[in-house]
Amino acid sequence: MAQDVVKADTAKTDVVITAEGVAMRFGTNTVFQDVTFEVRRGEVFVILGGSGCGKSTLLKLLIGLMPPSAGTMTVLGEEMAKLEGAARRDLLRRIGVMWQSGALLGSLTLAENVMLPIEAHTKLPEAARRMIAMAKLGLVGLSDAADRLPAEISGGMLKRAGIARAMALDPEILFLDEPSAGLDPITSAGLDELILSLARETGTTFVVVTHELQSILAIGDRCIMLDKEARGLIAEGNPKHLRDQSEHPTVRAFFRREARAGV
Amino acid sequence: MSFEADSTDGATRLRFTGSLSAADAARLWNEAHKASRGQSRLLLDASGVTELDSAGAALLVSVAGNEAEWREPEDAGAAGVLRRFRSGLGEPRPAKPAAPFRPITSLGGAVLGMVRNMRTRLTFLGETTMTAAALAPRPWRLRWVEVLRHLDEAGTRAFGLCMLLGVLIGVILAFQSSIPMRQFGAEIFIPQLVGISLTRELGPLLAGVILAGRTGSAYAAELGTMRVNEEVDALRTMGLDPMAWLVLPRVLAAMLVMPVLALVMDITGLIGMGFVMALLGFPPTAVMNQLVQWMSVGDIMGGLGKAACFGLVIGYIGCHAGLSAGRGPRAVGDAATSAVVGGIVALVVLDGIFAVLFFRLGW
Repeated sequence: MAQDVVKADTAKTDVVITAEGVAMRFGTNTVFQDVTFEVRRGEVFVILGGSGCGKSTLLKLLIGLMPPSAGTMTVLGEEMAKLEGAARRDLLRRIGVMWQSGALLGSLTLAENVMLPIEAHTKLPEAARRMIAMAKLGLVGLSDAADRLPAEISGGMLKRAGIARAMALDPEILFLDEPSAGLDPITSAGLDELILSLARETGTTFVVVTHELQSILAIGDRCIMLDKEARGLIAEGNPKHLRDQSEHPTVRAFFRREARAGV
Repeated sequence: MSFEADSTDGATRLRFTGSLSAADAARLWNEAHKASRGQSRLLLDASGVTELDSAGAALLVSVAGNEAEWREPEDAGAAGVLRRFRSGLGEPRPAKPAAPFRPITSLGGAVLGMVRNMRTRLTFLGETTMTAAALAPRPWRLRWVEVLRHLDEAGTRAFGLCMLLGVLIGVILAFQSSIPMRQFGAEIFIPQLVGISLTRELGPLLAGVILAGRTGSAYAAELGTMRVNEEVDALRTMGLDPMAWLVLPRVLAAMLVMPVLALVMDITGLIGMGFVMALLGFPPTAVMNQLVQWMSVGDIMGGLGKAACFGLVIGYIGCHAGLSAGRGPRAVGDAATSAVVGGIVALVVLDGIFAVLFFRLGW
């Protein structure tokens, strides 16, 4: 018993994200409520669920694009929704986001896109920014495409460039929105490997929103599952355990790719 | 964080210790590079670095260049960051030489581009005409609902703007011309001056500018976005001709709406002129008399016919700009710009042609 208490305490210091009783409503439409979870430092945490269950909304809450309707959510110990000005900038510097379609600026080359957050947050000279950008693009395998425009490269490359830009400032937490969406299985597996190696080597915490089964099983240390009908969490734990042991009908259907009435 | 440089018998030793973050790297960047520049033998001692981020790694790698001898960080984390940074950079590659400035080559390229552009426009015009000709015997196959929608968007919603501009132009023209004409006591001729210049030239032209700005750009942006979203290709694969489906209703709507807009400009402009005349002391009957006596139906009809041609060209240029847009958000913006600029230029050129034509025909 005493041991358990100590364990819980050390675990607490390593928690980077907490959500407590978080709810999100648009008018009278409740997307989800009573969502409670925590993310520990260094893990790959997967948010999964079917279409329309509020995965992307939850991600928007996490990165502070909008405040939750109820409950509290902290990222790196701060409540993002309540931060303003310099404090908010400081916190944003410590996280990185890869958007679903890359969201690279179309008028800038890949290297310039990666240099953008560095320019916004540091006083490094141009040569230094460019060197960092080249190193990050190299890590995602895009050294040769550094001077090309986003419109000239493929979807998989766009996502990798998005990851390079998200990593530009060595963030403590990297949020990835649907990294596998629209990619072929080989490219998608390559992206999973990249995520895993980055997580293992840099100790960065990854929060990945996805519904790609292969990906979830390959990279997820822990996951939570949102459900549209339950309007909240229906499962939490290691993806492989959930696949093998969960009794929840939706969770079972999800992992076994079974169709269910009304979905 | 500390940095020191010392030279002993021909070798320069740069020593970094402590934590090296982005802020430190920014601060030390110039100093460290100055210390390392032009040294024949460089020893970079990073053994005492305890913490490192990408910016710090960039500083170390950049200062070291290709020649320096390294002492790697003893701290495992810092060594890992450095190792990853180097593996990301890969082999140093030669910088691509910037393209040399060749004015004649780039001028030639620009001219060629223009010629090519003209060619695609002509091709597009041909395609549109062919589709129109093919549909002419079967007019029910055109999407008339779309035509109505575009008539509403390009026409009904532009009436307010046209009326406002018409009144203002009428007032301004009448007022400006009254100043010199008063010197000759010729104010009574203001109605025909304003009337003829409005109906023959300014009405159609200004309506055309409004159409190019409101509708031409909207066509380009709409079709450009559809192209980016592959909606145009989707139409094509469903066996629907984008020409008949997207271009013709828009061009037709623009052509039909322009005479109406021009007429609105004419009428409101004359009302504005009448207002100024009333202020100058001429009763509406006198103004009306002048207009009826000196203006012919031909003036008005010629202007309206011109307006229809303007509408055709503006709608066609807008659609072409949209359908030939490239990918990406900038492409849609470029398409809208070229629709407006191309539309207005074509408008003025066409107006010139009409001026010569009407003169030769004695209209």
